[in-house]
Amino acid sequence: MSMTATVGRAHADPHHIGVVIEHRGPAPKRIVTAYGFWVFLLSDIVMFSCFFAAYAVLVSQTADGPKGSEIFEQRNVAIETVCLLLSSFTCGMASIAADVRNRFWFYLGMAVTCVLGLIFLAIEFREFADLVSRGYGPSRSAFLSAFFSLVGCHGLHVSAGVLWLLTMMAQVFAKGFRADVLRRMMCFALFWHALDIIWVGVFSVVYLLGSGV
Amino acid sequence: MSDQTHIEHDLAPGEEEQHSVGERIVGYVVGLGLALLLTATSFFIAGTDLVWQPSIPVALIVLAIAQMGVHLVFFLHITTGPDNTNNVLALAFGLLVVFLVVGGTVWIMAHLNQNMPPMDQFIRMHS
Repeated sequence: MSMTATVGRAHADPHHIGVVIEHRGPAPKRIVTAYGFWVFLLSDIVMFSCFFAAYAVLVSQTADGPKGSEIFEQRNVAIETVCLLLSSFTCGMASIAADVRNRFWFYLGMAVTCVLGLIFLAIEFREFADLVSRGYGPSRSAFLSAFFSLVGCHGLHVSAGVLWLLTMMAQVFAKGFRADVLRRMMCFALFWHALDIIWVGVFSVVYLLGSGV
Repeated sequence: MSDQTHIEHDLAPGEEEQHSVGERIVGYVVGLGLALLLTATSFFIAGTDLVWQPSIPVALIVLAIAQMGVHLVFFLHITTGPDNTNNVLALAFGLLVVFLVVGGTVWIMAHLNQNMPPMDQFIRMHS
C-alpha cells in the first residue's frame, strides 16, 4: 500500500470513502465492545419508539377517566428531570476518573450518580402509587395503560442501571481498573447517558405536551 | 507507520479524541449548562401565556430534539469527525427506524380515526 497516496487523499477525503485500506487485523477490543453496545442501545431506542407511538395513538382514549392535565404534577417532573440530568453529568465525571484511574473521584462520582438515580426512582414510584391508590391504575383507560408502560419501562431501565452501577463500583473495588472493567464502565456510561436522552423525550412528549391537552 | 495509525484509528462511541482531563470536564460542564437551559425553557414554555398558544407543541418538540442533540455531542461524544463514521451511520439507521415507526403509526392511525365514525353513529347508520 502506498503510504504517500493515503496521506495525500486523507485531506480531500476525511472519511476514507475512496481509499482501500489493507486489513490490519481486528479493531481493538475496546472499540468492538463499545460499538456492539452502541448498536444495542439504538435497538433499545427503537423499542422505546414503539411505546412512544402507542402512547401518541392512545393519548386521547381516556374512557371518561382522567386526562393527562388532571394527573400530571409539573413540579415533580422538573425535580426528576434535574436529578437525571445531574446524574448524567456525575456519571461523566466518574468515567473521566476511571480513565485516569483515580479511585476517590470514581467512587464519589458513582455514589452521587446512584443517589440521584434513586431519588428519581423514588419520586416516580410515589407518583405511580399515588395514581393507583386514586383508582387511576393502568387498567383504568387505554391512555393510562400506554402511560404506565412507557414511563414504567423507562423506570425499569433506570432500576437496572442502578444495579449495574453498584456492580461496577464493586468490580473496581475488587479488581481495580483492569481493561475489562474499564470496558464495562464505558458501556455503563453509554447506557446511563442514553437513558437521559429517552427521558428528554418522555418529559417533553408525555408530561409537557400532555399537560397542555 | 506510527503517524499513519492516528488517521486510520476509529473512536468507540462515547470515547473522545485525546484531550486533557481539564478539557474533558469543561466539555461536560458546557453540555450540562446547555441541557439545563433547554430544559428550563421547555418547562417555562409549557406553562406560559406569553406566546401564541398553537406554537407551544412545536416549540416543545424542537427544544426536545435540540436537547437530545446536546446530549449526543457533549455526553456521548458522537461527532461528525472521520473517526466517528461507523457510530454516526449506526445512529442514522436507528433514527430512520424511529421516524418510520412513530411517524408511520401516527399517520396511519389518524387516517383510520378519521374514516371511522363513532360507534353510536355507526349503529344508527346501519339500523
